[in-house]
Amino acid sequence: MKIQLRYFASIREDLGLAAEELDCDASNAAGLLAELRARGGAYAQALAEGRPVRVAINQVMARADTPLSEGAEVGLFPPVTGG
Amino acid sequence: MARVRIQTEDFDVGAELVSLRAGDLRVGAVCSFVGTVRDTRAITGVAGDEIRSMELEHYPGMTEKAIEAMIDEAHQRFDFYEARIIHRIGLLQPADQIVFVAVTSAHRGESFKACEFLMDYLKTQAPFWKKEQTPQGAQWVDARVSDDAALARWGIDANNA
Repeated sequence: MKIQLRYFASIREDLGLAAEELDCDASNAAGLLAELRARGGAYAQALAEGRPVRVAINQVMARADTPLSEGAEVGLFPPVTGG
Repeated sequence: MARVRIQTEDFDVGAELVSLRAGDLRVGAVCSFVGTVRDTRAITGVAGDEIRSMELEHYPGMTEKAIEAMIDEAHQRFDFYEARIIHRIGLLQPADQIVFVAVTSAHRGESFKACEFLMDYLKTQAPFWKKEQTPQGAQWVDARVSDDAALARWGIDANNA
């Protein structure tokens, strides 16, 4: 399915990319991270296992098992530090 | 006036507090919190701890939605009238104001609790990121486990840090 990826903060900087469209096979947030990690290079580093990555699906915080849907906007970012 | 504002401009705390309760005769308590840019060197005296400036990034659209949802959740838990949250983005200097949370209620207890709840929620669930300029260069601020613990007191798993 096609999804719209958006990257923020250190992940955006590490990838050198703020947004991209992806035709993904993954069905949930954890699967998506694994799929992106498997691309290697900057993706494997920015999204390395053990590095905290938060996922928002359609602008709502997601858990590892939160499902993806066609056309979803998926934000990937480090733990938030506002306030 | 919108409950949530994300802006680069500074805000006037006094004016915000006046307008939040203007004409509302039910109000007997107004509680507020202001977060500011801290220069850690001023606390530790260590030159390397200097914070020269801070850049705040956010996730436009999600930020507003997330904070609106937090205020709705606070209304489920506490008996208060109005809440307002302002969060600045962009480049900030030491001593600058970053965030403002204010709540009105009939009695102080509910507004104190709602104000603290909203800040605890915002710290771990609103998509903002701080990058500090230090003598060692630019550094993204790490999330604190203590902020997750603060939200856990309200029975919510932050799942952030």
